[in-house]
Amino acid sequence: MAKTLAFALMDPPYESENLTTAFRLLDAAARRGHTIKVFAYEGAAALAFTRQAPHPNPVHGKNLAEENHPTTKDQVAALLASAEKHGGKVDWVNCGMCVDERGVGEFVEGTRRGSPADFHAFCEAADGVLAIPTK
Amino acid sequence: MAKYLLIESRDPFESNDTAFAYELATGLAGAGNEVTLFLVQNGVLPARNGARADGLLAVMKAGVKVLADDFSLAERGIGNARLRAGITPAPIETVVDHLEQGHKTLWH
Repeated sequence: MAKTLAFALMDPPYESENLTTAFRLLDAAARRGHTIKVFAYEGAAALAFTRQAPHPNPVHGKNLAEENHPTTKDQVAALLASAEKHGGKVDWVNCGMCVDERGVGEFVEGTRRGSPADFHAFCEAADGVLAIPTK
Repeated sequence: MAKYLLIESRDPFESNDTAFAYELATGLAGAGNEVTLFLVQNGVLPARNGARADGLLAVMKAGVKVLADDFSLAERGIGNARLRAGITPAPIETVVDHLEQGHKTLWH
């Protein structure tokens, strides 16, 4: 039976193993068809920023394709697609003040701007809640 | 009796805060709650047999079920044979299992 699970993320892209674990968790929940609610707070507000770009690695002699650099915007988009494929959905909210501070206001389609009030509503509606703070 | 899932992502050799997380797990179990401790990321390092892990041993002695994320173990080259007795490898889906059931889930 599908459930509603709420998550708060705080780590910015490309800095912490927390995000690797968070995306593994979100992927597992999406594969079960759950309704997933994510509040991307502080540095995590940049996860869905669309102007992220993969890059080659000249130090290792790898071109763009060989480096195959992952971006969190692609991971967010893949999460949304996986949830839809498995009969669930994702409500991904980027904290508006955090977004403005960082100038990352261009989001992956399907995510939206919001506030901590959204996270409060997420928690009230969810069967389970997990906040993953920065270290 | 409440059910708790505590997730420990930190290595006790890197962060003294892990002692508080272990104490919380021990205290909750001592108060009659059902507690699971899920080790992830560098949190799996004290799960190695022979590692100095007084805090983790106290958690296990208190009756807390201790699991170690299989992906984190594999990333660090820790095979199942190197795990301390009483600690079980588990997939990340275990966390989703607990969330689905509404268990109180805390990350450290």
